Amino acid sequence: MGSTNSTLLKIPNVEVLMQETGFSPAHIIRLHDRFKALDKEGRGHLCPQDFGAIKELAMNPIGDRIIGAFFSPGKEMVDFHTFVKILAHFRPVDKDRPKEPNSPELINSRSNKLKFAFQLYDQDKDGKISRDELLKVLRAMLGMQVTEEQLESIADRTIQEADLDRDDAISFEEFRKSLEKVNIDHKMSIRFLR
Amino acid sequence: MRGLSLLLFITVASDATTDLYVTGASLPPELEVSAAPAVTSPVASRYIPEEYGHPGIALARSAEEPAAPSTEDGESSSHHHHGGGGYKIVQWEWSYVQTPYIIASWLLVASVAKILFHFSQRFTTAVPESCMLILLGLVLGAVVLIASKKQPYQLDPGLFFLFLLPTIVGDAGYFMPARLFFDNLGAILMYAVVGTLWNAFCTGFCLYGVKMAGAIGELLWGLMDFLLFGALISAVDPVAVLAVFEEVHVNETLFIIVFGESLLNDAVTVVLYEVYISFVEVGPGNVYTADYFKGIASFLIVSIGGTLVGLIFAVILAFVTRFTKKVRIIEPLFVFLLVYLAYLTAELFSLSAILSMTFCGIGCNKYVEANISQKSRTTVKYTMKTLASIAETIIFIFLGISAVDKSKWAWDTGLVVSTLIFILVFRAVGVAGQTWFLNWFRLVPLEKIDQVMMSYGGLRGAVAFALVVLLDKEQVKAKDYFVATTIVVVFFTVMFQGLTIKPLVKWLKVPRSTNRKPTINEEIHEHAFDHILTAVEDIAGLNGYHHWRDKWEQFDKNYLSKLLLRKSVYHKSELWEAYQKINIRDAISVIDQGGNVLTSARLSLPSMASRTSFPEVTNVTNYLRENGSGVCLDLQVIDTVPGAKIEEELETHHVLAGNLYKPRRRYQSHYSRHFMTVGEKERQDREVFQRNMHNRLESFKSTRYKRHKKDRSQKKRKGSDAKEQDTSDKPRRNVSWQDKDPVVVPMAPEEDKHDPSEPDKYDDVGITFVARKAPETPKERPKSVSAALDVCQSPVAAPPSPTCGEKNLPWKSGMGSLPPCVSVEATKIIPIDLQQAWNQSISSLESLASPPAPPEPQHPRVSTLSRLGGPVRTPTKGKSGGGVCAASGSDTGSGQFRFPTGKEEEEEGTLSQQPQEMQPLMSSLRPPPPPATQSARKRRNPCVYLRSLVTVPPSGGGDPQSRRPTQL
Repeated sequence: MGSTNSTLLKIPNVEVLMQETGFSPAHIIRLHDRFKALDKEGRGHLCPQDFGAIKELAMNPIGDRIIGAFFSPGKEMVDFHTFVKILAHFRPVDKDRPKEPNSPELINSRSNKLKFAFQLYDQDKDGKISRDELLKVLRAMLGMQVTEEQLESIADRTIQEADLDRDDAISFEEFRKSLEKVNIDHKMSIRFLR
Repeated sequence: MRGLSLLLFITVASDATTDLYVTGASLPPELEVSAAPAVTSPVASRYIPEEYGHPGIALARSAEEPAAPSTEDGESSSHHHHGGGGYKIVQWEWSYVQTPYIIASWLLVASVAKILFHFSQRFTTAVPESCMLILLGLVLGAVVLIASKKQPYQLDPGLFFLFLLPTIVGDAGYFMPARLFFDNLGAILMYAVVGTLWNAFCTGFCLYGVKMAGAIGELLWGLMDFLLFGALISAVDPVAVLAVFEEVHVNETLFIIVFGESLLNDAVTVVLYEVYISFVEVGPGNVYTADYFKGIASFLIVSIGGTLVGLIFAVILAFVTRFTKKVRIIEPLFVFLLVYLAYLTAELFSLSAILSMTFCGIGCNKYVEANISQKSRTTVKYTMKTLASIAETIIFIFLGISAVDKSKWAWDTGLVVSTLIFILVFRAVGVAGQTWFLNWFRLVPLEKIDQVMMSYGGLRGAVAFALVVLLDKEQVKAKDYFVATTIVVVFFTVMFQGLTIKPLVKWLKVPRSTNRKPTINEEIHEHAFDHILTAVEDIAGLNGYHHWRDKWEQFDKNYLSKLLLRKSVYHKSELWEAYQKINIRDAISVIDQGGNVLTSARLSLPSMASRTSFPEVTNVTNYLRENGSGVCLDLQVIDTVPGAKIEEELETHHVLAGNLYKPRRRYQSHYSRHFMTVGEKERQDREVFQRNMHNRLESFKSTRYKRHKKDRSQKKRKGSDAKEQDTSDKPRRNVSWQDKDPVVVPMAPEEDKHDPSEPDKYDDVGITFVARKAPETPKERPKSVSAALDVCQSPVAAPPSPTCGEKNLPWKSGMGSLPPCVSVEATKIIPIDLQQAWNQSISSLESLASPPAPPEPQHPRVSTLSRLGGPVRTPTKGKSGGGVCAASGSDTGSGQFRFPTGKEEEEEGTLSQQPQEMQPLMSSLRPPPPPATQSARKRRNPCVYLRSLVTVPPSGGGDPQSRRPTQL
């Protein structure tokens, strides 16, 4: 336990971080270790190259988008706090936690999870998934398996299905609606080892 | 109702009595075999485990054949020798047909019973079918008992384990939702192994404790007997769980956990059962410590071995279905055989057969479903479901009947009551404990409600009963008591719990499952979620579930799928498949709702692809619903249509196929006025749409060929005459189009680009047809031709009314493809055909429309046409110039002068296609009409022209080479 505390102490504002993300100290320490492992040069922050070094990520069809999600526009680095906060999106929702009406929305709330997914599509940050943006994601995910025409027809159909205001694009609201029946808490969560 | 039950009674009674007649007299060979061992030790040998594996057991074999009273011999002999000597006009051959006859009768009884139960909707929603079946079994059993003074029927373990159970397990395994199963595999294994062991030991020991306390039993019953009983009574039963949970519709997670447990606990049950049997045989005193370890080793071998056998067979099955393209008809057979062989093989090595079959089903499903044709898929599905359903019915009925047989069981109230209490209590305690443990690791913890449902859903069933019947009474003295207790436990769980579980689900507000199919949005986004989660796990340095699942998928994609999937299938992605399924579903629903696909709505279909132009439309279905007007798909309408000039069908179609774009384009622009500006994009979309259709069609290729031909011939007969007259109608139609024409023209060049794709579509169709039906086609052709000829010449065929003509004309152009949709045979399958039909019809429609239209519109079309078949082209132009359809004759080529010739040509085309799968294209390649054609043209101008437009369906305009790749 002593080592636990000493590690925690090294992280600035760890209390706030835990408060915001809901991670336990054990989680934080584990993530901190991971953070340091990724930060090979010990700069205290990660750059895209550090993420690129993760072998499995290179195989992920939308890996680069996910890496991109860690970096706010224009910035080339991500510090530990941001790193943890992003990962906190994927913390399972704890049902035991009493719901306080005034408390700010938790990072791992349903709509925040959805927002994270949405921004992976919406690369130009205009609040809408356009047909081209959707196509790009589909192309990445489906790879060589389907023809361009098939991709386009899927994209068209997808947009048509979700597009409620007929603007030929999927807004976040439409995105949320189209996934209304999906158990997002379940499908957008991973189990963080304690 | 009373009449019906009486009927049932009579059936059963006659079965029973007739069955008895046979016993003494001539046994069919099969029966003799099975009866032979019984003679040596009448009572016991019947239940010794060897018989477990005896395949020759007849379904409803009399339980006490050897002991059949001699009085009945007299009766039977009278039946058998009712004639004197010499030849008998009518012979009573009961012994000859007995076995299959009885089996069929039982199946009939079971099926009729099901019908009866579902007469009353309110009743069936309250009472699960399994309860009703057991009750029916009780009634039937009582009837038989009263009628024949003894109980000849009972659930035979050999029959159960070799035939009834595999059908249910096979169905369950094959259609197991794999993703869900593996998502919850940890929990399932936990409950299946730990839970079952816990239940078995606790029940066994506690019963022994109660016995020691003197509350139950006799002195002779030892600890091993109770442990054995505990083992067989503790396993949750897949048949019962399936039967009850199917009707309850709890959420998938809950269902998969309980059901998965019931399947996977088989290994534990089998091993415990075997181990205890052997312990009982050698006597408790002779069991050494090593034997316990042997038991553990045996468990590992039985479970892992069973799984491996199943997976091996899954690989074999998937691999075999890779090569069944030419023999689609036996595809389903492979599925049934190999899945069943997986079960039997595991049984052969005394491994866990249920595990083997389950994993065979789960493992092969993905590859097999991808490899086999859509029809085979449907066949497999329905056959499996039918068999499983009937097996389930028989099991429950026989459970009921078996309970009536007083000679088999002995009652001990203490044993029954304490067993009931123990299994309920230990189940609940076990579930709570394991769930508490599991929730430490589960992403989504199992709630209290889930635990209650899991405890309450721990139904016991026929497996326990079959196992207890298999016990050897010589060694297990308490067998009769165990049988009675098992029956009570099974009845209690299936009937009481089965009855109350629905209200309980409602009362506890257990989340239900929705029978909703995922939308394309959900498919895509969930796919993306998987990738996201994998990436996040990688970033966070957790080698969690998603990490390994991703690893498996990589492996599957890189090696397994390459090995087990056809090349043509390998390149299709899951998402694409999902997309196609959704589209097909839409089409089916359209047709189910009145099928307006072919009407004016059809015309708008091209715009479907460009949803941009119709934002309000959310999907095909809606679109059609909105736009579809009254016309329905029925054969007659189509037939009445004036237009099928069949002779030139093939050629014309070629030409059209290549050139359809323009007309279609025109149409579309007309239809969606507002979006004409979108131009290029729309066109693209449409193209995409067509491709989709094309792809979808691939799966259905095989069926089409035949139908297509028939339909065509039909149309020829009816339509040929009409077509000629249509020409007059055309002008009208054209009026509407005229405005659009200008718009269309600009588009033409772009559309041309897409031509290759279109040919592909046609190609596939053509290919399919040829490959399968090659022998048939030649014969069919001539007939249809002649028929068509007759019609044409005879005045009888009345020209359709103008309105009809309008509606139908579009059709005609698509005729080749369309007829399939319309044909009566096609009921459910139609949708797919329809889609194809859409494409073709649309294209053809536009093409049709264009010709009649004023010279201007035609030109563009002509030009496009000219590209493909230069020679053919010219004729068309001439026609158009003529104003009416006169020019059509050109298409026929050699068959200029008489109708027959034209048809012959068609035949040739079809024939030539047959040898080469992809042949349809050939028609396009066919020599352009010789100069002579022109003269011919003039003669039959109107008809020919139309025909040419209408006919040629399957043959694509494109090159043969291009098609082949696509098809693959």
